[in-house]
Amino acid sequence: MTDREAQLEIRNMDVFHGTFQALWDISLEVRRGEMLALIGANTSGKSTLMDTISGLLHPAKGTVVFEGRDISRLDCHEIVPLGITQIPEGRRVFPEMTVQENMMMGSYGPGARPKAKTNLERAYSLFPILKERRKQPAGTLSGGEQQMLAIGRGLMADPRLMLIDEMSLGLAPIVIDELFKALRKIKEEGITILFVEQNVKRTLHEADRAYILETGRVTLSGTAAELREDAQIIKAYFGIEECN
Amino acid sequence: MNTDIITPIVMGIMLGGLYALIANGLSLVFGVMRLINLAHGDLVVLGSYLAYAILTLLGLDPVAGLIISIPVMFCLGFLIQKYLMGRAFAISSEAPLIIAFGISLIIQNANQVAWTPLSRALNTAYSQKSFFIGELQLPLIYLLDFIAGIIVMLSLHAFLKGTYLGRAIAAAAQDKRAARLMGINTDRVYGYAFAIAMISSAIAGVFLGMTFPFTPTSGTSFLTIAFGTVIIGGLGSTLGTFLGGIMLGVFQTLGGWFFGPASQMLVVYLIVFLILAVRPRGLLGRR
Repeated sequence: MTDREAQLEIRNMDVFHGTFQALWDISLEVRRGEMLALIGANTSGKSTLMDTISGLLHPAKGTVVFEGRDISRLDCHEIVPLGITQIPEGRRVFPEMTVQENMMMGSYGPGARPKAKTNLERAYSLFPILKERRKQPAGTLSGGEQQMLAIGRGLMADPRLMLIDEMSLGLAPIVIDELFKALRKIKEEGITILFVEQNVKRTLHEADRAYILETGRVTLSGTAAELREDAQIIKAYFGIEECN
Repeated sequence: MNTDIITPIVMGIMLGGLYALIANGLSLVFGVMRLINLAHGDLVVLGSYLAYAILTLLGLDPVAGLIISIPVMFCLGFLIQKYLMGRAFAISSEAPLIIAFGISLIIQNANQVAWTPLSRALNTAYSQKSFFIGELQLPLIYLLDFIAGIIVMLSLHAFLKGTYLGRAIAAAAQDKRAARLMGINTDRVYGYAFAIAMISSAIAGVFLGMTFPFTPTSGTSFLTIAFGTVIIGGLGSTLGTFLGGIMLGVFQTLGGWFFGPASQMLVVYLIVFLILAVRPRGLLGRR
């Protein structure tokens, strides 16, 4: 995994929420085709990092380079068509739209529209339950189904990099297993995945590599295997899942 | 007695089409941007004056004149949202309300200067005619109001459901953050939502002007009617707005039939008040 080329590169990035500095001098790279995890407590800046890559926030200092292009000044609606999609925390499906209408919103970008039909089939074959429920309002789905819809909707944008924020939050273990199975399939299709998870054990089991964030700084990074070996890490971060 | 009460009911239903037409823009702008557009009534009346100008200066029929007034109102709406409301929203949630009030005052006074405070009307050959349903004689314009109300409702519904831009407007209304993550430029979508509300207002202005005489300050009373319509119908659906308009129309004409024309609007607003107290989401509203 270590010899893959960098698809997304963040260099010396500072990000503020108003006057509060949320990220300090962050540097990291996401390699094409890998499954990369961000690990950290709730206020460590993981979601801020994802929002900055997505263009919902902009860095005060430093750059975000995606496939050779500096995207740190671009807005979300300019970044999505380049191939970066975020599956937000809390799923955020459009509750009053049907499952299929939600899916179609994913292909809003002009580049994704011609591929909407094939991407819809792809998403439905990944999550057959969504096809069964395609005429149902998204607000009536279970939490797990809403998460599947959020991922399926993200696939509709035809991304090359997917940012997935707190996918398992509040879901049953059996549903989480199913979702991770889907992520592995997505990865097999060549889509890079950057994800945030509270469960450290699970994260290090699924990811190829991981970065550890503490109060807005990268404190450690390495392959999942290396980090699994590091007993100290397990000890220091195992508590994270309990306090959430 | 039995045939007598049918007249106000039929009149009310048809008048309701006009009320729905007037309320569409208010409902859309509130539903998408959460903005109570206090200038809405004046923007509708501006549509009436635009049609009046086109009629008197160019001799163009008010409905045909929409070819000119729709693009004008569309651009005006987009600019109001982009340069005034959008910026005001960045300051606070109250700021756009004050801006809307300011726009209302500006339009009223500009119309006073341009057209004098005298009342005007869009007089055409057909706006004076009557038609019969059985033995009932009704003004033809009321029927046209009703038909226009249905056409605009169906078009708006088809637009919001069936086009990418329409669905983007609905998405931005339901969850702005999620809409942005879909790649929707929400600022621009808000501009289009306001602009499309203004198309509806341009059409409403034409039919309003053919049905009733109007003055530069008429906007205030039509804003109140639009509020009533939206309160009865509930926000968020074009069909709800349409049915709300019909109900308001029927309440008004029946109120007039039972208690006399002087108290017909009093009856309407007592009912609106009652609905607000008992069912604040509106009779047909979901939330």
